[in-house]
Amino acid sequence: MTDTRTISVTVNGSRHDLEIETRLTLADFLRHQISLTGTHVGCEHGVCGACTVLVDGQAVRSCLMLAVQADGAMVTTVESMTGENEQLHPLQQAFHDNHGLQCGFCTPGILMTLLEFLQHNPSPNETEVREALSGSLCRCTGYQKIVAAALDAASRLRQDVGKTAGRRES
Amino acid sequence: MKPPPFHYHDPRCLDDALGLLAEKENAKLLAGGQSLMPMLNMRFVFPDDVIDLNRIPELTSIGEDEGLVRIGAMTRQCALERSEVIRDHCPIIIEALRYVGHIQTRNRGTIGGSLCHLDPSAELPTVAQGLDATIHIQSKRGARTLAMEDFPAFYMTPAIEPDEIVTAVEFAPWPKDHGFAFVEFARRLGDFAIVGVAVLLVVSADGSISRASITLGGVGQAPIRCTAAEEIVTGSNDSDAAMREAAETCRKIDAMDDLHVSGVYRQKLAVALTLRALRKAYDRAIGESVA
Ligand code: FES
Ligand code: FES
Repeated sequence: MTDTRTISVTVNGSRHDLEIETRLTLADFLRHQISLTGTHVGCEHGVCGACTVLVDGQAVRSCLMLAVQADGAMVTTVESMTGENEQLHPLQQAFHDNHGLQCGFCTPGILMTLLEFLQHNPSPNETEVREALSGSLCRCTGYQKIVAAALDAASRLRQDVGKTAGRRES
Repeated sequence: MKPPPFHYHDPRCLDDALGLLAEKENAKLLAGGQSLMPMLNMRFVFPDDVIDLNRIPELTSIGEDEGLVRIGAMTRQCALERSEVIRDHCPIIIEALRYVGHIQTRNRGTIGGSLCHLDPSAELPTVAQGLDATIHIQSKRGARTLAMEDFPAFYMTPAIEPDEIVTAVEFAPWPKDHGFAFVEFARRLGDFAIVGVAVLLVVSADGSISRASITLGGVGQAPIRCTAAEEIVTGSNDSDAAMREAAETCRKIDAMDDLHVSGVYRQKLAVALTLRALRKAYDRAIGESVA
């Protein structure tokens, strides 16, 4: 018995129309069907947060969603973060500068989580950052540098917003 | 592929979902997926059919009607957190949601899913019990309601039939100036609570408590309403002493042992946390700011 469906999902701005098995998770769809291996899978049962992606702008665990449930949705993965010429997103740059990763396995999930979090809360304090990070497990860093990177990223992103606002005014 | 094979259905209206559920022998309802998906991925469950409720708009709403707050079963936890109706009428729900999983799970998890999964330490069933919620249930055979108190049949099992779907939860809000508190203890934020307590109080002008609701989660197989403690705090003219005495009654509650902690430890926690929650709710009711 193979239950299949044709779905249409927009991932990082490109549309994919594909026939898939309905029991395929969104994480496996991203990694195996469209070869975006930036999204990592650690536990595959909703504990580690490594597989976090944005679905219609909201951070979700892609191992806890079926690909068929994303039919018609916009999915954003870590691959979308770098700009032209491989320029890092300010959030990525902050992780680089603060040594916010070691092996990097947890990083994509953390970046996607923070991307949504910093949108809702552009000036978080340390407690709020730790709360936002509570859904992600990191076996390497001890979290200290991840927290520092997140706070640094928040201030960089605020400056960026300031700059664009200033430009618009002039 | 992690989940076992199944037939997938995504009905667009409640009626179609009820029809499917009535006709399929071994079906599972998929709400937010934050519990069923892990169980599928680990192959703890083998449904022949999965009926996804995520494309049924009539199940997602937060409304206020004739003094009652009604929440559609498929309303996501993140939507409750941001809802003004909930903030105005049932703020304890928002306080409890902070402890429910993490941002990523609250973005998918639903109130109906959480109530039906009925994990003994889950926050939302505890709060629903404290607020005397009414559960709305529907099947092809008709609609009925159940008081939250009668909703748990036994361990992690709601008292609903295989062809029934929980469609909404209804709360009667407490008076505007009521005090409330949800406190819990878990190893880490977002972990399953070892003990959680939901308290609601109305305090009269003379400082005595005129109405109280005290519910413990994580202690028994389903949320426990502490009526004895409620009676002690209600009407006493020494509220502080009454709150201490009321919390102390939690030491006698039959508490679960499990591989994490012993029943005795749970009883001790229940005493400490109940007192903490009572004081916090009391301070709020008399208009003091609480941390
Ligand atoms: S792989 Fe999804 S939460 Fe761990
Ligand atoms: S950097 Fe290795 S798991 Fe986080």
